[in-house]
Amino acid sequence: MAEKIATREAYGNALAEFGSDYDFVVLDADLAAATKTAIFKKKFPERFFDCGIAEGNMMCVAAGLAAAGKPVFASSFAMFAAGRAFEQIRNSIGYPHLNVKIGATHAGITVGEDGATHQCLEDIALMRSIPGMVIVNPADAVEARAAVKAALEYNGPMYLRFGRLAVPVFNDPDNYSFELGKGICLKDGSDVTIVATGVMVDMAIKASELLAAKGISARVINIHTIKPLDKEIILKAAAETGAIVTAEEHNIIGGLGSAVAEAVCEGTPVPVLRVGTNDCYGHSGKVPPLLEMYGLTPENIAAKAEAAIALKK
Amino acid sequence: MEQTKLNELKQIAAKIRLGVLEGVHAAASGHPGGSLSIADIMAYLYFEELNVRADEPNWADRDRFVLSKGHTAPALYAALALKGFFPESELSKLRHVDSFLQGHPDMKGTPGVDMSTGSLGLGFSTACGMALAAKIDGKDYRTYTIVGDGESEEGQIWEAAMFASHYKLDNLCLIVDWNGLQIDGTVAEVMNPTPHDKKLEAFGFHVISIDGHDLEQIAAAFAEAKTVKGKPTAIIAKTIKGKGVSFMEDQVGWHGSAPNDEQYEKAVVEIKAAM
Repeated sequence: MAEKIATREAYGNALAEFGSDYDFVVLDADLAAATKTAIFKKKFPERFFDCGIAEGNMMCVAAGLAAAGKPVFASSFAMFAAGRAFEQIRNSIGYPHLNVKIGATHAGITVGEDGATHQCLEDIALMRSIPGMVIVNPADAVEARAAVKAALEYNGPMYLRFGRLAVPVFNDPDNYSFELGKGICLKDGSDVTIVATGVMVDMAIKASELLAAKGISARVINIHTIKPLDKEIILKAAAETGAIVTAEEHNIIGGLGSAVAEAVCEGTPVPVLRVGTNDCYGHSGKVPPLLEMYGLTPENIAAKAEAAIALKK
Repeated sequence: MEQTKLNELKQIAAKIRLGVLEGVHAAASGHPGGSLSIADIMAYLYFEELNVRADEPNWADRDRFVLSKGHTAPALYAALALKGFFPESELSKLRHVDSFLQGHPDMKGTPGVDMSTGSLGLGFSTACGMALAAKIDGKDYRTYTIVGDGESEEGQIWEAAMFASHYKLDNLCLIVDWNGLQIDGTVAEVMNPTPHDKKLEAFGFHVISIDGHDLEQIAAAFAEAKTVKGKPTAIIAKTIKGKGVSFMEDQVGWHGSAPNDEQYEKAVVEIKAAM
């Protein structure tokens, strides 16, 4: 069985790892132990600034640092980064296109026991609506590390989405290559394409195996960069497989599913079905039953894939 | 302050007021009241206090200025134009579709603007970030920000005040434009932030209260701020909204409405008569 590491853990490790080679500072809002920026803090205490439980102020402080030439990562839970501080991000970071990286952890339903107030299922939708915002949602620890490196190489606002739950590391660290804005075809297929992001990518691979057992050939695409979306890989998949299923740990409104549906409708119209939370809030509980409850499973992705195939003309 | 310098600054403040009126009149919209109330402070900042270069707006070691009460951009634009950041002829294009002078400051489009502001409560925090950057880099530049009294009703103002004090940002100078009026009425009626000085002191600031139209008091306050170590300074400047135009002074209605042609001419005559 593959090793399991939370993408937030990989985020904290990457900040500490790249801290020697890149000049940047890290802000947090009293969640360093949870967002894992504490790993960076331990190594570079003079470049870490706790802003206290004041996320709006933190985002604007980040904007000021960036405006004065300091690259900065500002971290909190997705709910309080994208949610609480939306307007600060929009007006002080997005509008002036400042070099602020928002490291948002504890995104999605896999927060588990803390429940609905902390399970952010709207952050991708919120961040997508900000002009010029880049959104990256890594699928495993290898991709999370690569995303942090890409963020350091990129000059502009970026939202990085990380999870709380330890998830399987399926990418090979020796051969993995990350290109901002480029999707990755993990498995070829001809009957249907599963387009997944974040923790759902591993489930998409498992879903393709369930489909293969039924004689259905499913292509699997990992979209780590939700904005700008790799339309080329999506439209090629639409043309070649004729049906698409999206999978994300996010509301089906406004996230990856919406982005893919928009691209497909405008480019190569084919059926697109979306797996995600269905316009509802989260719930407290252990992660496995929660994933079952919200249909975030390989079985549901596979079922949606068959339904999408049935919709083909 | 020498009399010649004092007279010079008074003339500049008057020219800023003329620039405010020109822009707001030409746009037929904008915020004259709060722009006129900060004209004397802006004159002192840009012609005496700030170490900035009009021919090199992005000079890395410049002092920073953030107009947190961004709706009073006409005063900032007039000061920047007079300082030479862009031609004064641009002021009459305020808020026009082909102009770089947006309704609220845009750091990407306007030379000399250090931070995009307009949504109240955000600018002060960004100024904290700039002051922190100077500390991290061991640079000597200072950061100044003007916040409104009404703006101080925003919770984030107090988050920023906590931050500035916690990180001992003695290179940061907060100026509160205490003109006493906001859109819905007097600040006292709408949501009273007093005692503002005591609150800022309690948050860890060195507080100086002055008459925001007295250039000598303004000069003394900024000089004192530079001597304060280990804590940020707040200058609470008591001002008159609409200052310099008799029919605009202390009138809530002139917060966000532009003068018509007749009112504009009358206002210009008054400002020029005082020059």
